[in-house]
Amino acid sequence: MQEVILLKLGELVLKGLNRQKFEERLKNELASRLKVCGPCAVESRQSTIYIVPQDESFDIARAEEICSKVFGVVALCRAAVCEKDVRAIGETATRYLRDELRTARTFKVEGKRSDKKFPLTSIETAIQVAGIVGEVYDHLEADMKHPDVTVHVEVRETAAYVHSAPRPGAGGLPCGINGRATIMISGGIDSPVAAWLMARRGLELHAVHFFSYPYTSDEAKEKVLTLLKIVAEWSGPIHLHIAPFTDIQEEIRDNCPEELFTVIMRRFMVRVAQRIAENNRSRALITGESMGQVASQTLDALVTTDDVATMPIFRPLIGLDKTDIVQFARRIGTFETSILPYEDCCTVFTPRHPILKPTVEMLEKAERKLNVAELTEASVRGAEHVLIRP
Amino acid sequence: MHYFDHSATTGVCPEAALKAAQMMSECYGNASSLHAMGRAAAQELAAARHAVAAAIGAQDDEILFTSGGTESNNQAIKSALFVNRRVGKHIITTAVEHPAVLEPIRAFASNGSEVTYLKPDRNGVVSPEALDAALRDDTALVSIMLVNNETGAVNPIAAIKEVLARRQSRAILHTDAVQGLFKVPINVHSLGVDLLTISAHKIHAPKGIGALYVKKGFRVIPVQLGGGQENGLRSGTENIPAIAGFGVAAKLGFENLSRHAAEIIALREQFEQELGAKVPDARLNFPGGVPHIASLCLPGCRSEVVLRILSDAGVYVSAGSACAKGKRSHVLTACGLPAQDIDCTVRISFSYTNTPEDVTALTDALSAAYARFHRK
Repeated sequence: MQEVILLKLGELVLKGLNRQKFEERLKNELASRLKVCGPCAVESRQSTIYIVPQDESFDIARAEEICSKVFGVVALCRAAVCEKDVRAIGETATRYLRDELRTARTFKVEGKRSDKKFPLTSIETAIQVAGIVGEVYDHLEADMKHPDVTVHVEVRETAAYVHSAPRPGAGGLPCGINGRATIMISGGIDSPVAAWLMARRGLELHAVHFFSYPYTSDEAKEKVLTLLKIVAEWSGPIHLHIAPFTDIQEEIRDNCPEELFTVIMRRFMVRVAQRIAENNRSRALITGESMGQVASQTLDALVTTDDVATMPIFRPLIGLDKTDIVQFARRIGTFETSILPYEDCCTVFTPRHPILKPTVEMLEKAERKLNVAELTEASVRGAEHVLIRP
Repeated sequence: MHYFDHSATTGVCPEAALKAAQMMSECYGNASSLHAMGRAAAQELAAARHAVAAAIGAQDDEILFTSGGTESNNQAIKSALFVNRRVGKHIITTAVEHPAVLEPIRAFASNGSEVTYLKPDRNGVVSPEALDAALRDDTALVSIMLVNNETGAVNPIAAIKEVLARRQSRAILHTDAVQGLFKVPINVHSLGVDLLTISAHKIHAPKGIGALYVKKGFRVIPVQLGGGQENGLRSGTENIPAIAGFGVAAKLGFENLSRHAAEIIALREQFEQELGAKVPDARLNFPGGVPHIASLCLPGCRSEVVLRILSDAGVYVSAGSACAKGKRSHVLTACGLPAQDIDCTVRISFSYTNTPEDVTALTDALSAAYARFHRK
C-alpha cells in the first residue's frame, strides 16, 4: 500500500497572482527540508501538496514531523493511496485505519469528490465506504455529530486517498516570502517566541546577540545557539551575528547615571542591531518586548528606544501576557532551554531603581558623555557571524 | 597556570601517580587471589591501610576504604541511625554541612527522623553550648564537620565530644573531615569520634577513593553486598591503584605535615599582605579559619564574573564551593553573610604546591578584576 503525506495550504491560496510564486517557494522549502528523509517527490494539485515517497527507504514518520514545522501549511496528514473504485477504497480504509477503528465506538465517513468524472457523489461514496467498514468492524455505530473516528475519503484526479483526522500544521506563510528582518535575541523566554511569530509571517531571519564577556558566560552564548537551532527547525537557517557589548556597557556604567543604564543600553542595542540589519539588507528589527513587563518596556522607555530607530521595530509580543508567551515557547520547544539560569546581557549592571519614565532629552544629555558613533561602529565591526542550521 | 582551588580537588602528587600507574600495569593482581600476584596486591592494600590509619592515629582495622567522601558520609549516617535505632530518631547536624551529609539526613528526616540544624556563629563555628542545648535523650546521631569547605572554620569536635560524655549521651559522633585532613592535626582518639570521613583527592591522591574511620567495636552496615571484601562491609574488588596512591599521599602528607603547614602559612601571609596593598577594599569573611582556605569578598564584584576574569588570566578559584554552581551558598547564608557579600565572594584554597609567584599572579589578577568593576 502506497502512503503519502497530504499538506493543506491555508490563506496562501487566496493570494491571487502571487499564489504560483508562493506555492513554488513552499515546495522548494519542503523538498530541501525533506532531503534527510530519503527520496520523495513534492507535487501540488488543487491547493494540496503531496509528498510522495520514491522508494522504501523514505522515512515517512520523520517527514511528517518535519512537515508539521513548515510555515504555510495549515493541516497535514498521512494518507493511503488507492484505486478510484469504491470497493478498493472501503478495503483500504479497513486495513489502513485498523488500529483506530478497532478501538473506537463510533465512526463516520467523510467523502469528498473533486474528480467529477467519478460515478458516485461525495455522499454516495461516503455511504458505500461506511457500509464496507461497518461490515468488518461490526461493533461500530455511526455517529454523524461526534464520532470517535472520522474516515476521510478524497477522490481526486489521479487516485483516491484515505486518512483519519488531519493534524494542525504550523500555519502562517512560507519562509521568506515577506522579506528579511533581524531579531534581537537575548536567551530569555520572549525573544525566541518573537522570532518564531515573525518567521511564521513569512520573514527570513537574521539575529543579533549581544555578548558581554566576562560579565556573561560562554554558557549564555551556547544557550542562544541552542535556542536559535530550535527556532530554525521552523524558520529555516538563521544568520546569527554575535556583537561584542562589553565596552559599551562598561562605558555606560562609568559615565552615565545608574537609573538610566538599562534604557541607554537598549538604545545602543537598537543602534548596533540596526547597522547589522542594514548590512544584511533586513528591512526591520524584531524584539521580544511586551508592554510594561520590565522597566525598559514601559511606554515611555519604548518611545526612547524607538527614537534612535530608522527602520520599523516589530514587537509581536507587545500585547501578550507572560502566560501566553510561555505557551508559545512550549509549543515551539524553546521553553526548557530559555529557563536555564545563565545571566544574559540584559541583567548585567541592572540599576537598583531603574527609571520608569525616561525622556529622549534626558538620555541624549547622558549620552553626550559617550562617543556613541564610535562605540556603535566598534561593536558592529567586531560582530562574529554564525550560520545556524536546523 | 595558577591553581587555587585545592578544596575542590588537587593534582595527584608524582609519587602517588607513579604508585597508581605501577599498580595498574605491573602489580595488577586481585587482592583476593591466592597466587603470588594476589598476595602482592593484598600487601599493597595492607600498606596503604596502614598509612591512612597512621595519618589519623587509628588502628589499621579501623579503616574502611570507600569510593570517597560521599560514600563514607552516607554509610556513616545510615549505620549510626540503624545501630542506634532504639536510642531514638533525633539527629543533630549543622546548617553548613556538605550536601553529602545534608542529603542523606534529609532522606531520613522524610522517613520520620527529627533533625536539629545547629547554626554557626559569625565566624562559621558551631559551639559546644549550642550542642548542649540541642541534645536530647533520643538523639541518635551527631554529625558535625571538622573544617568547613567554604569558610575554613574549624569546629571544636573534642569539646563537642566532652558535652556528649558529660551528658552521658548515647548518640554516635560522626565528623566529616574531608576538608580537615592535613589542614589541622587529626587524631581520632583526641577528637573522640566514632566515625570519621576522609577523601583522597583533597590530599594530592586520585579521585574515586576515600575512607571511613570506624571506631573499634562499632559495626557499620554494608552499603553493597557481594564478594565480602573490606570485612564484608564494602563488597567489590578493591580499587588497588587508587588505594595505593591514597596510601602514598597519606604517608607523605603525614610525614611533612608541619613543613607543609609552615609553607602554607607563609603563602597565606604573603597573600594577605599583597592583597592589602593592591585591593584595600577586599575583606576576608572568616579570618579565623584554616590558612588553606580564604573566603574573600570583593565588594561590588559579582563572583562568577571575577571567576571568568581570573580564569582568562590562568588563575583558578571557586565562587562559594565548586559543587553549588549557580545557587547562593547555603553555608555563607547560614553564617549570616549578607546576600550582596555572598554574591561577591570567591573561595581561594591553597596547597603546598603553590609558589610565591602563584600568589603574586593571584593578587594581580584579583586587583585587575576589582579595577574592572571600579573604573571611575
